[in-house]
Amino acid sequence: MTELSNLCLLLVILVNFFALGSSRLTACIQAVALQGAVLALLPLATHGLSSHSLLLAGGALALKGVFIPWLLLRAIREVHIRREMEPLIGFVPTLLLGALATAGAFIFADLLPLVEAHQGGLFIPTSLATLFSGFLLLISRRKAITQVVGYLILENGIFIFGILLAEAMPMMVEAGVLLDLLVGVFVMGIVLDQINREFSTLDTEQLSALKE
Amino acid sequence: MEMLARTALHLLLLLLVAPLLQGVIVRTKALFAGRVGAPLLQPYHDLARLLRKECVVSRTTTWVFLAGPAAGVAVPILAALFMPFGALPAPIAFTGDLLLFVYLFGVARFFTVASALDTGSSFEGMGGAREVTFACLAEPIVLFCLIVLARIADALSLTALLGPHLAATWRGPAGLSLGLVVVCLLVVLLVENSRIPFDDPNTHLELTMIHEVMVLDHSGPPLAMVLYGAALKLMVLGAPIVRLLLPVNTGSWAGDALVFLGGMLLLAMLIGVIESIMARLRLVRIPQVLIGTTMLSGFALVLVLR
Repeated sequence: MTELSNLCLLLVILVNFFALGSSRLTACIQAVALQGAVLALLPLATHGLSSHSLLLAGGALALKGVFIPWLLLRAIREVHIRREMEPLIGFVPTLLLGALATAGAFIFADLLPLVEAHQGGLFIPTSLATLFSGFLLLISRRKAITQVVGYLILENGIFIFGILLAEAMPMMVEAGVLLDLLVGVFVMGIVLDQINREFSTLDTEQLSALKE
Repeated sequence: MEMLARTALHLLLLLLVAPLLQGVIVRTKALFAGRVGAPLLQPYHDLARLLRKECVVSRTTTWVFLAGPAAGVAVPILAALFMPFGALPAPIAFTGDLLLFVYLFGVARFFTVASALDTGSSFEGMGGAREVTFACLAEPIVLFCLIVLARIADALSLTALLGPHLAATWRGPAGLSLGLVVVCLLVVLLVENSRIPFDDPNTHLELTMIHEVMVLDHSGPPLAMVLYGAALKLMVLGAPIVRLLLPVNTGSWAGDALVFLGGMLLLAMLIGVIESIMARLRLVRIPQVLIGTTMLSGFALVLVLR
């Protein structure tokens, strides 16, 4: 089963790179949906078929793979934006930073004093790399939608970390994480709508300008 | 004696089959478009026709203009001597030949660009500039991929890199890196051979051309050499991909050669399919894609180094 989970984690990292380098919002959102769907396979691959892991997988697939991307796609359809223009840091530099962070995550994960079972695996480095990629997306883009996508990727990183603890972690905590995310996206959706109505753009830079 | 026979087989495979691959690509594209398409042997007829034609050379050019096509044919043949074809080992192998292999293509590129600049045409200068720009971005990808393979094989010659251990490596933990290497090498194959989505081999719209624009002034036999050189290059650069995807050793010469040929034909069909289903990338996007691919190959290296 480690082959399957390694393949999934590799796909997750590839999606990170894609999201960092792509300027098309639709493609970005679809990539994050793919990442969510791939993550849904992970609990099954690591913990086998149990009601707990099935529930976790089902929840992840429904929320991360289908529902939240659908909300985001609907949002960009309504506000008519297709591309991320003028990111604060260009696409190629963010890609380079993302690659550096990924390499750094691998080096750092090898230095961590982990439990024997987790040593040398791909889980910890992928989780750290995904966290950082999401963070990078969050701080380097102007459009609120891309920032939400960054937030989702950040959360996916936490989810990967959480899978390792799924045995020890009570169900409620995971449910809480997913719920938090959903609330986060809802709030973001409302904020997006407000920004759009006030400024007729989704550029968050506008928020920092004082206005009469 | 056996050595001589092996070298002869190696070169015969390369020299005879290379244009057929072009025919297969064109045929696949035609089938996708719902046409019958040119016969598979059309590239051979084209080469024969061009060889019979008169050669027109501009008065402003010097010998450099004709050195381009010559290097374009000579270099892939030379490079093929270092590259194993499937399970058939390369005729020449020594430690570090992978660097020579990579930079031989640099020599060919230098001569092609020099012959384009020699005509003094601004279009050809533009094409040369583009070719060199994209080549600089493609080179790190090849080197990263070769370093990954070298790390897996623990050797530094191409024959050893693409040796019989690959079948076991695919099943092992390094299989993921091999998968990434295949993807990266495929991208390099498409860039180096000016294929869609990086360049359109059929376009004659000067603003978008990269490789095609550099050979606009060649005619007759030199043009035939350029086309033949391109076909050879496709085969030599495709050989490692075929070997990585089909790591089978049948044990006999004939079997190995047949597996390799079958793999090359499948690869040509794959290129045809990619060309049919993808649109050409905008010029400004190409460096971005190439840098992304470099990241991927670097990531493959990180995976095998840890």
